[in-house]
Amino acid sequence: MKEGRPRSFYVLAIFFAAYVLFLYGPMIAIYVLSFQGPQGGLTFPMNGVSTFWLAKLFQGTGIVDLGAAFRRSLLLGIIVMTVTVVLSVAAGMAFRRKFKAQSILFYSAIASLIVPSIITSLGISLEFRIIDDLIKAHWNENFETSMGLLTSGLGAHLTWTLPFGLLIMFAIFNRFDPRLEEAARDLGATPWQAFRHVVLPIILPSVIGIGLFGFTLSWDELARSSQAIGAVNTLPLDLQGLTTTVTNPDIYALGTIISAVSFAVITLALGTIHMLNKRQAAKGSDAGKGLV
Amino acid sequence: MDTSEDILQQPSPDLVRGSETARPAKAARLSPSFISWLQAGPMMLVFLAFFLIPLVFVVIVSFWDYNEYQLLPTFSGRGYTDTFEGCIAQLPDLCTIGRTYVKTLKLCVMVWAITLFIGFWVAYFLAFHVKSKTWQMGLSLLCTIPFWTSNVIRMIAWIPLLGRNGLVNSGLVKSGLINQPLEWLLFSEFSVVLALVHLFTFFMVVPIFNSMVRIDKSLIEAAYDAGATGFQTLVNVIIPLAKPGIVIGSIFVITIVMGDFITIGVMGGQQIASAGKIIETRVNALQFPAAAANAVILLVITFLIITMMSRIVDIKKEL
Repeated sequence: MKEGRPRSFYVLAIFFAAYVLFLYGPMIAIYVLSFQGPQGGLTFPMNGVSTFWLAKLFQGTGIVDLGAAFRRSLLLGIIVMTVTVVLSVAAGMAFRRKFKAQSILFYSAIASLIVPSIITSLGISLEFRIIDDLIKAHWNENFETSMGLLTSGLGAHLTWTLPFGLLIMFAIFNRFDPRLEEAARDLGATPWQAFRHVVLPIILPSVIGIGLFGFTLSWDELARSSQAIGAVNTLPLDLQGLTTTVTNPDIYALGTIISAVSFAVITLALGTIHMLNKRQAAKGSDAGKGLV
Repeated sequence: MDTSEDILQQPSPDLVRGSETARPAKAARLSPSFISWLQAGPMMLVFLAFFLIPLVFVVIVSFWDYNEYQLLPTFSGRGYTDTFEGCIAQLPDLCTIGRTYVKTLKLCVMVWAITLFIGFWVAYFLAFHVKSKTWQMGLSLLCTIPFWTSNVIRMIAWIPLLGRNGLVNSGLVKSGLINQPLEWLLFSEFSVVLALVHLFTFFMVVPIFNSMVRIDKSLIEAAYDAGATGFQTLVNVIIPLAKPGIVIGSIFVITIVMGDFITIGVMGGQQIASAGKIIETRVNALQFPAAAANAVILLVITFLIITMMSRIVDIKKEL
């Protein structure tokens, strides 16, 4: 059936291009607008080009303390990423053979993914409020709260990132050839050595993918943080707060800064994955590829 | 080798028995099922502490009483009666909660239909028309990257385009099509639907693409050889085989829109009510039992929708 491209190809290619434009067009518009001149407004045309609004953010003359929110989000993102990677890889290994409670864990993960975020967030906030009340009633009257960035906030983010991590692990092990591990064990490797020197190097590109999901989903998380983060705000929460009073381009400048971090992380992760894949292709075995 | 390393070991049962002779002490210490528990346990604990127990608290608190400033842990149906206030008296007109749910479901159906249409054809293009694996990977990545960036930024990104002096309005005015800027482009139901489609079509593309790449290409050739037109192949071969992806994508999109309060808040100018937004409003008023009651109602309705949809397809088999 090789007879040139059918007409439907061109129709759908245009459709796809329009979809990509729809995805990226508006984002690019605000990146450009964040370089408005000092007199510039919220819309096109540009009123001069400057880094005035970006600089204003860094001077901290804005409405909120963005530097602190930035550091909090970064800290939380890195912790969420690390925990997501470790727990997902471990749980993914467990799913390679039958164990009790397997389906409970599976359905918990799926449910955590699709139960509306506001409900999870409300539940976590109620849980911590009740814990606080118990502590105040029984142990310490002056206790303030156990809610916070690295308690309820961390938990809320993990309910969002772990399902993605687990699903990626499923995808990895669907394609993983268990004979590689058996071969390692036949050669006398301990289970740990087989994991460390055979399994991990093979799955490493995808594990970095899990880290990418872990960090970016946490960095931009909003719905689950909304009730569960405690007294302080993360960067996306501050940004959302600004949307109700949009009057000048500093909101775009903030959006650009947040996106810049996302894009730096995405580039770093994808670059590393690409490098690892190339190295695997270069150094990998040609077994099973036939005699050439 | 210390015990912490054993956490990650992966022997099949046979091999463990084999290694028992070699290292009897260790095998006696850690059985395979214990190792599975060590591996899966931490994730299970996170879901228990931050998802399952919180859900239980939502249900419990929905039956508590409350006053202006605190929770009262005594049984009360007030959370629910307050929510459904006037629902019987106002019949046949809908009460506030009824109207809100009708509105939310309407949004859901609109967003679902549009994301399904776009998602299906984008996935179709990637799966069947893009032949080279490298291109397929590159273009899929192009669709995924926005998902890794902030939703709020992707919402406010519409402001310079749709605002009163935005690109669309000024373009339309200049071209003489309209005299006055259109007011309904931003902070309206239109902008809410547009933003939801913009943000969440990704959740449709991925599962449908996943189902489509698994379709054996020889089936399509067989249909072609048997004289089926392109349309017949689509309806009788591709759509039935892509159904699992369509259902999973639909579940994602529908549950996201049902519970959404941020997109509806930001893009609706905080003026449009939705099932998720009621919960947020109640929490902000510190009426936790009423918020919890609304959460339970939303949960039940979402669960019913998912159950209905998963009748059509076995989700676990598809992952």
